[in-house]
Amino acid sequence: MHLTEKEEAAEILRISGVKADNCMQCGKCSAACPAGAKMDILPHRFVWELMNGRVNNLAASNTLWQCLSCFTCSARCPRGVDPAKLIEAVRLSVIRKQGENRLNVDELPAEIDEMMPQQALVSALRKYNK
Amino acid sequence: MVYNYYPGCTLSTKAKQLDLYAKKAAEALGFELAELKEWQCCGAVYPLVQDEIGTRLSSVRSLAAAAAIDGKLVTLCSACHHVLKRVNSDMAENKEINAKVNAYLELDKPYQGETQVLHYLEVLRDEIGFEELAKKVVKPLTGRKIGAYYGCLLLRPAGVMQFDDPENPSILEDFIKALGAEPVVYDYRNECCGGYIALKDKSSAQNMVSKILTSAANKGVEALITACPLCSYNLQVNAAAAQPLPIFYFTELLAEALGVKEEV
Amino acid sequence: MQKIGVFVCWCGSNIAATVDVARVAESVKSIPGVAFAADYRYMCSEGGQELMQKAIKDYGLSRVVVCSCSPRMHEATFRKAAQAAGLNPYLVEIANIREHCSWVHKDKEVATAKAIALAKAAIAKVKLNTPLVSGESAVVKRALVIGGGIAGLQTALDIAEAGYKVDIVEKTPSIGGKMSQLDKTFPTLDCSACILTPKMVEAATHENITIYTYSEIEKVSGYVGQFEAVIRKKARSVSVDRCSGCGICSEKCPSKKAKSEFDQGLRNRSAIYIPFAQAIPNVPVIDRENCLKFQTGKCGICAKVCPAGAIEYEQEDELVTQKYGAIVLATGFEPIDMAKFGEFNYEYCPDVITSLEFERLTNAAGPTQGHLVRLSDGKKPKSIVFVSCVGSRDTTERGKTYCSKICCMYNAKHAMLVKEKYPDIDVQVFYIDVRTPGKSFDEFYRRAVEEYGVQYTKGMVGKITEEGDHLLVHASDVASGAQLSVPADMVVLATAIKPAADARKLATMLTASIDTNDFFTEAHPKLRPVESPTAGIFLSGVCQGPKDIPETVAQAGAAAVKVLGLLSKDKLLTNPCVATCNEQTCSGCLACEKVCPYGAISAEYKLVNVKGLKERRLIAQVNEALCQGCGACTVACPSGAMDLKGFSNKQIMAEVDAIC
Repeated sequence: MHLTEKEEAAEILRISGVKADNCMQCGKCSAACPAGAKMDILPHRFVWELMNGRVNNLAASNTLWQCLSCFTCSARCPRGVDPAKLIEAVRLSVIRKQGENRLNVDELPAEIDEMMPQQALVSALRKYNK
Repeated sequence: MVYNYYPGCTLSTKAKQLDLYAKKAAEALGFELAELKEWQCCGAVYPLVQDEIGTRLSSVRSLAAAAAIDGKLVTLCSACHHVLKRVNSDMAENKEINAKVNAYLELDKPYQGETQVLHYLEVLRDEIGFEELAKKVVKPLTGRKIGAYYGCLLLRPAGVMQFDDPENPSILEDFIKALGAEPVVYDYRNECCGGYIALKDKSSAQNMVSKILTSAANKGVEALITACPLCSYNLQVNAAAAQPLPIFYFTELLAEALGVKEEV
Repeated sequence: MQKIGVFVCWCGSNIAATVDVARVAESVKSIPGVAFAADYRYMCSEGGQELMQKAIKDYGLSRVVVCSCSPRMHEATFRKAAQAAGLNPYLVEIANIREHCSWVHKDKEVATAKAIALAKAAIAKVKLNTPLVSGESAVVKRALVIGGGIAGLQTALDIAEAGYKVDIVEKTPSIGGKMSQLDKTFPTLDCSACILTPKMVEAATHENITIYTYSEIEKVSGYVGQFEAVIRKKARSVSVDRCSGCGICSEKCPSKKAKSEFDQGLRNRSAIYIPFAQAIPNVPVIDRENCLKFQTGKCGICAKVCPAGAIEYEQEDELVTQKYGAIVLATGFEPIDMAKFGEFNYEYCPDVITSLEFERLTNAAGPTQGHLVRLSDGKKPKSIVFVSCVGSRDTTERGKTYCSKICCMYNAKHAMLVKEKYPDIDVQVFYIDVRTPGKSFDEFYRRAVEEYGVQYTKGMVGKITEEGDHLLVHASDVASGAQLSVPADMVVLATAIKPAADARKLATMLTASIDTNDFFTEAHPKLRPVESPTAGIFLSGVCQGPKDIPETVAQAGAAAVKVLGLLSKDKLLTNPCVATCNEQTCSGCLACEKVCPYGAISAEYKLVNVKGLKERRLIAQVNEALCQGCGACTVACPSGAMDLKGFSNKQIMAEVDAIC
C-alpha cells in the first residue's frame, strides 16, 4: 500500500498519540535541546512539518539519529505537545523498513570498551536498529 | 519489610556496585530486596509510540509477577525505573495497549497496571523517610560537597514519573543532606549525558558531559552521585581528561555513611 | 378552560433553519386549551409583540407561551408585552427552542420533534401558572468597593462624585495597589506615582469616601440593595488618630529583617513600617510576626521613641458592620509564583528577576534609587534579556492558559526605558507573538525596535544557566530555526498574572461566580461586562480578566455607572418567584433551613389548624426579601411542604408528564 506524504504524516501523528495542533511554534522545545547542536531540523520545526502534513524531509533528517529521548522538550513544552514522541514515530517508520538499520552489528565490538554497560548496547540497538 | 526487586541487566555485571551497596544499605536500614524470579530485560528504552506492543511485553511480565506477590516493585537503575513505570502507566491508562498486551500474554489474570513501581530513592524518601535515614547514619559525610546528577529518566515526563519537580528536583539533595554531606546545586544536574549516543557519535556525548562537569565544578562540586549506570559511564569515560570529578553511585555513599561499605 | 396562545419564533434562520416552526405551531393547536398558535419571523420585534398583544385581545388569551430563545434573553420583553395587553406578566412561559434545541442539533426532523416536546411542556406548565405580584425592597444608598488599587479607587471616586457614600476596603496597609509599585506607564511613559497619587489623595480626602486599609471582608449577607458586610479592621498597633507619620519608629526599630512586600522582597523593612513614601494613610503598622515586642516581650523601642504616643500594642482587630446597596469587586492580581519553572533559574540566580521586580529596580524610590544594577554584585549590566510569556498561554499544570495581555507592552516599555537611560546596554526581547492592540500601542512597540534598536527575537527561552559572572540564555530563533546561547548580565521574566489569592474566598462569600482561573465572571461577556451574574455585585479591573491601566480605568468607571443606576433607585422590585411553606404539611424538620444559601429560612412556633384542631407546631418561615428563588429548599423538603412560586412541584411534574 502506498501512502501519500500527507497520509504518512497523519499515520505518524496517529501512532505517536501526540496532538501536534496544540503547538504554537514558540520554540521552547528547541531552545535548550541538548542534542540540538547537531540536528538539521530542530524539534519545533519537526512539529511544524508534521502539522503541515510533510514528512519526507523529516525521514531523511539526522534529527532522528541525534535525538536522545531525554524528554527535555516534552517536559518544557507549554502546550503539552511531546516532540520526542513525534521524532520517535518518524524514526520507527524509517527503521521498520528493510535495510534501514543504522548500527552495523559486526562493527560494534570495536566500539565497546571495558566499562560500557549493557544498558548502552540494548538502548542503542533499540533506537538504531529493528 | 521485604520488597520485590528488579535489578535489570546491568546491575548484575557492569554496575554491580550500585546493586551490592544498595542491598547492604537496605540491611542496615532494616529492609530487604528480594530479587524477582525470572525477571526479563525491560528493553532499556521506553517504546514511545503506541503501536509498539512487543517491546512492552517483558516489562509487563515483571510488573505482573510483582502484582501477584504484594503489588510493589523496587528498581535501582534509572532506565529500568523509567521503562517499567511508563509501561505500567500505559497498562493503567491506555485501553488499546492494555487490550493488545493482555491478549498476547494470556496471563492467569489480566494485568491492569496495578503494581506500584518504586525507585530505591523513593523507598528512602517516602517509606523510610530521610529524617529516619539521617538517624541511622554512623559515619556522616561531613564537609563533603556532593553534586546530584539526576539525568533525564528519573524526572521526565513528570506527569507519569511522579518522582520530583523535573526542573528543580530535591530528592537527591535531601538524600545528600541526610548523609551529612553538603549538597551543591548546579545548572546541568537534569541535563542529558548523551546516553546511548556514545555508541554512535562519541563527540556528542563528550560535548554534553563536558557541560555537565564544568557546570558542577564551577559550583564547587567535589564528587557527583547518580543512579544510572549509563550516566555513570558517560560521566567517566566521555569526560575530558582535565575534568576528572569522581562519580559515585548514590548507594555507595549511602553504604559508606551507614558504615557498611567495607562489608561489600 | 384556559385560553392559551402559542407563538413560535423563527429567530431569522437561527431557529427556522433547524426547526420546522410552522409544524410546531400546527401541532400544538390540537392540545386542549390552546386557542391560538402562530409562527413569526422575529417575536422580539415590535411586529412580533404586536402579534401577541393583538391575539391576547382578539382571542381573550389567558396564558401565553413563546417558543423562542433562552428566557435569559427575552423573558422580560415578552412579559412586558403581555402586561401591556392586560395580562399578569407571570402568566407567560418561554420554551427555549434555540439554545436548547436548534443550536445544538443538525437533523431538522429530530429538532422539530424536540421543539414540539418543549412547547408541550411549556403549555402544560403555563396552565398551572398563577398571577404573581412583585414586592418592593428599599435600596441602601451606600456602596462597598473591595480593593484599593487603581480600579477600586476610580470606581469609588466616580460613585462619590455622583453624591453617594462609598467605603473602600483594602487588605494591605495602604491604598494604591500594583500601580503604586510601577515606575513608568505605557504608552506615554509618564510616571506611575505622579498620576496615581493625586487619585489616592482625592479618594482619601473625599467627603463621601471612607477608606478601611489593613482590613478585610469577614462576612457578607443580604441581597441587592440590602447587603450587610462585616469588615475586619486588623490591628495596626498604631493609633491612626495620634500618629503624625514622622517615621522615627521605623527608623529606630531594631527588627529589620522582614522582606518589603512593596519592593517585591528586594530590600528589607522594619517590623513597624509604612510601605512606601506616598502611602495613604501615612501611618505605620506593626507586623507582629517580625516584631520583637510581640515575639519575645522585650523591646518596646517604638513606643519609647514615638513623640505622639501613638503606639498601641494592646490594639485588637475590630469588626465593623455596615449596610450597602451595591458591592464592587476590585481585588486585582498578582504575578504567578516561579517555583514550578526551575529552568529559568529564578530561585538560584539573583540576576534573573521578574518584571515587577524590575519595576522596583528602575524606580527612583526603589531599593537602588533607580540605578539599574545587578542584585548579585551591584554592577551595571551590559546586556539584558527580556523573556515574554513566562507561564502565560501555557496549558500544562505549570502555567495559565490565557494571555496575560499586559506583558508585551511593558516589555517594550522596559526595553525602551533601559535604552533611553543607558544606550550602551544591549537589550534583547524573546517573544512568541508580540500582541499590541490598543491606541498607539503597536507604534510604541515599533519605536523600541526602530528608534531604540531593541533586538526582538521570535522564540522562547528554554533554560538559563550561570557561566561565571554572567548568565547564558538558551533560546531558539524560530524564524531561522537556530539554537541560540545569548550571554546576558540580567534576565527579566514577564511572568503571567493571576487573580488575587482571596478571589475564590470572596466569590464564595458573595455567591459571585468565578471561572476556572479564579477570575470573576461577568453576567454577559459582551453586553454586561462589569456586572456579576449575582444582582448587586459589580466587577472592576483585573479581577475580571487581564487588562492594562487604561482599560482598568475605563471598566472601573463603567462599574461605577452601573452602581449609580442601582443606588439612584429608591425601591427595587423583588422577584415574586420565591419559596413558600405550606403550614399544613410542614413537619418542622428544617431540612430547608440547612440548605438555604441565603439564610432566608427561619423557624417559628405557630398555631396551625389541623383537621379542625388548633395545634402549636414548629414551622419553617421564608423571608421573601432574602429568598432568591433557587429552589434548593423545595428539593430538600421531605414532605413537599416547601414550594416555589412560578416553579411549583406541580408545574414541574406537569412539564415532565407532557414530555414523557
